[in-house]
Amino acid sequence: MSIEFETPKPIAQIQFVLKTVAENMMRSQSRAFDENEHEIPFSYIEFMHTAMRSMGGGSLAPKEEKQKEGGELKEKRPPIAYQSLAAQIEMLSWGDVGFYLVTPGGGLGAAAVQSAGSAEQRAKFLARFAEEKPTFAAMCMTEAGAGSDTSAIRTRAVLDEATKEWVINGEKIFVTGGDKSFKEYEQFGKGFVVVWASIDPTAGRSGMRAFVVEAGTKGVSVTKLEHKLGIRASDTASIVLVDARVPYDNILGSPTVEKTTTGFKGAMATFDATRPLVAASGIGVARAAVEYVKEQLAEKGVEIRYGLPRQKMTSIERDVIEMEIQLRSAWLMVLKAVWMADNKKPNALESSMSKVKSGDVVTKITQKAVEIMGPLGYSREFLLEKWFRDAKITDIYEGTGQINRLVVARQILGYSGKELR
Amino acid sequence: MYSFEPNEEQKMLVDAIGKYAQNDLRLAAHDAEESCMLPKKLISKGWEIGLLQASIPEAYSGFGDRSAVTGVLAVEELAFGDLAGMLALMTPSLFATPILLAGSEEQKKEFLPKVIEGDWAPYTAALIEYAYDFDANDLLTTAIVEGGDYIISGEKAFVPYAKDAEAILVYANFEGSTQGFIVPKDAAGLSVSDDREKLMSLNALPLYRVKLDCVKVPVSNRLGGEGGHDFDFILASLRIASAAAAVGVAKASFEYSMNYAKDRDVFGVKVAQKQAIAFMLAEMATEIEAIRLLTWEAAWKLDTGKEGAIKDAFLAVTGAADMVMMVTDRGVQILGGHGYIREHPVEMWMRNGRGFAMLTGLAIV
Ligand SMILES: Cc1cc2nc3c(=O)[nH]c(=O)nc-3n(C[C@H](O)[C@H](O)[C@H](O)COP(=O)(O)OP(=O)(O)OC[C@H]3O[C@@H](n4cnc5c(N)ncnc54)[C@H](O)[C@@H]3O)c2cc1C
Repeated sequence: MSIEFETPKPIAQIQFVLKTVAENMMRSQSRAFDENEHEIPFSYIEFMHTAMRSMGGGSLAPKEEKQKEGGELKEKRPPIAYQSLAAQIEMLSWGDVGFYLVTPGGGLGAAAVQSAGSAEQRAKFLARFAEEKPTFAAMCMTEAGAGSDTSAIRTRAVLDEATKEWVINGEKIFVTGGDKSFKEYEQFGKGFVVVWASIDPTAGRSGMRAFVVEAGTKGVSVTKLEHKLGIRASDTASIVLVDARVPYDNILGSPTVEKTTTGFKGAMATFDATRPLVAASGIGVARAAVEYVKEQLAEKGVEIRYGLPRQKMTSIERDVIEMEIQLRSAWLMVLKAVWMADNKKPNALESSMSKVKSGDVVTKITQKAVEIMGPLGYSREFLLEKWFRDAKITDIYEGTGQINRLVVARQILGYSGKELR
Repeated sequence: MYSFEPNEEQKMLVDAIGKYAQNDLRLAAHDAEESCMLPKKLISKGWEIGLLQASIPEAYSGFGDRSAVTGVLAVEELAFGDLAGMLALMTPSLFATPILLAGSEEQKKEFLPKVIEGDWAPYTAALIEYAYDFDANDLLTTAIVEGGDYIISGEKAFVPYAKDAEAILVYANFEGSTQGFIVPKDAAGLSVSDDREKLMSLNALPLYRVKLDCVKVPVSNRLGGEGGHDFDFILASLRIASAAAAVGVAKASFEYSMNYAKDRDVFGVKVAQKQAIAFMLAEMATEIEAIRLLTWEAAWKLDTGKEGAIKDAFLAVTGAADMVMMVTDRGVQILGGHGYIREHPVEMWMRNGRGFAMLTGLAIV
């Protein structure tokens, strides 16, 4: 090992391909789908699904390479899988982050099964994404009364001993892709939502479990689609569960409550994997904004003179240079976090740090970009104002900036959640 | 490939340097700053680790090859110990490294062994000038050709160890671009101020004002010989050294204030248990890491000759100057009134921190 920053060839290749997709399938439709909230970009979804299937899967998520070793099936992940995934997400989000979020393949729902499910569950629930129709999955943690404080969720799962089914009641909000994952569309395959619920409210976090709830399950309904500041191509749904019956084996993790906090740890492990990816997505949007500003300035004959002392820079030069510093350093933090994941190094600190940094810089960069471009920045004739609205979500979902600061602070200070609330 | 792990050799070097930085430089820092004096023994001890020697090939009496990545790793460690101590220890590099990077074969043969064979000796370089808008690419000090020699005139500021220096690498404006010239200590027209520069910090480091009044040097003393050299690469190497030093100072302030916050009781809890403090610490850790990675990447690009290395080095040092000011300011804030008292090092680091916006030129990797 030594310190290196050479983009691996396979990553450079996929970036090249996705850039074309971003330009031709995403940018060209960005405005239309922003203006028509809740319309579904079927052409993009179909295209991505076909493309991903032709590459051996039905999702962007790292493929599990099955390898025969001593007769046993061993799972082996290529050592740059997460790095590649982060690069792909960054590029797709550079195209349009709303579209990226409706890329079929399971999203956060599949990620939860991936990190908290058993080998059989992974086989059972994840195979569908490679099938003929594009298929979605979503993750339902947030409730009206429980956002950042996930331990406050009220959704309950009770085991019906007679039928060996879990009976779930509760109301989830802000479910990304909830509609496409749960509702029946003839264009899409049968998806699922992963619902977090408590199997023992007296046990607090230790009692929390995730359940795979198949699309069409009786008693479950999508009750609302939110109208949002940005990422409008992505549906954000409310899902209500009334005596919803779920097979016994759909619980991810142990069906009994131990004193330890394993259930909750499942959610947290998912976050370690997904936070740098959310950060990567935000960085794609911010890069779009920086590039746009630089192109526009160049067109007007404004040159950014790198290397000058601050005293000699124009205000615009200062701003653009600051944007580049922040954008690049945030991206390097993402790369480090996913590199650690690929190399099986614990990355809770780096993962949250990359999310803190990216949440900060992508909002600042897009805000500054609109300011610099003046009326052009503010007008809906161009996409910059949209990127400003899209970027903001980076600092909110997958743990707000504050929650990720808490995680980082606890890590560096060696504090528990009790010691630092 | 992407990788964030130093190689074995680098780990060993960083480990040795880290021990010296903490056990020697850090312990001496307060007294050195107050008494305006760095013990000679302290610097000699650091010199024996052989950081510069290991960056110079055997052909010139060294025992290794230069790596900017290794350099920034080492500088961060040293500056974590003490910035003034680091700058003192690495002053000879200011002279030797540009010769290694851009010197003619004769210059390398003549000077590199001299600098590295013996004990630490004051060879130095003069870049900074006393102007609010000092610009390394637009120097006020000039060099002109006259009768087959170069005539250098101007004034240089903050030149480490100039008083005792055997030779000074002086940067001057030659036909619109920056070029280095090797000026021996006894050159006619060269004068060094009697008094040391007095700055907001770095009291321990002897810095001088240097005047050049029509100093004549032969063509062979132009860095790179008659054809000169590319200054961009040298400047980039100065910049990433500065960026790495900023990371080291920031880390020092961050760790000290974090440990203090974990120990200090307020309102029945540790002050680190208050989000107002904990969030500051989380942000400090995050920003330090951000600039560290930016610096590493720029160093790696310099080592591998990648496109954009020069620009990236500039971005790294520009970001570093802001980062270190933010972090060291908070270091003081977290200690409250105690942070303002010179018994604690955080106020010194805050003074160090402000310097990075204007002190590129005092260290090179
Ligand atoms: C577009 C969109 C998509 C989403 N997708 C999903 C999804 O797919 N699945 C899902 O489960 N959820 C999803 N969410 C929910 C999202 O994760 C939550 O909104 C987020 O975690 C914050 O929760 P909250 O909105 O209840 O805010 P609150 O938790 O009420 O927070 C309000 C404010 O208080 C701060 N705060 C909270 N706790 C602390 C603390 N301990 N210390 C300091 N400050 C604190 C927060 O940072 C915030 O600024 C989505 C949200 C949006 C907007």
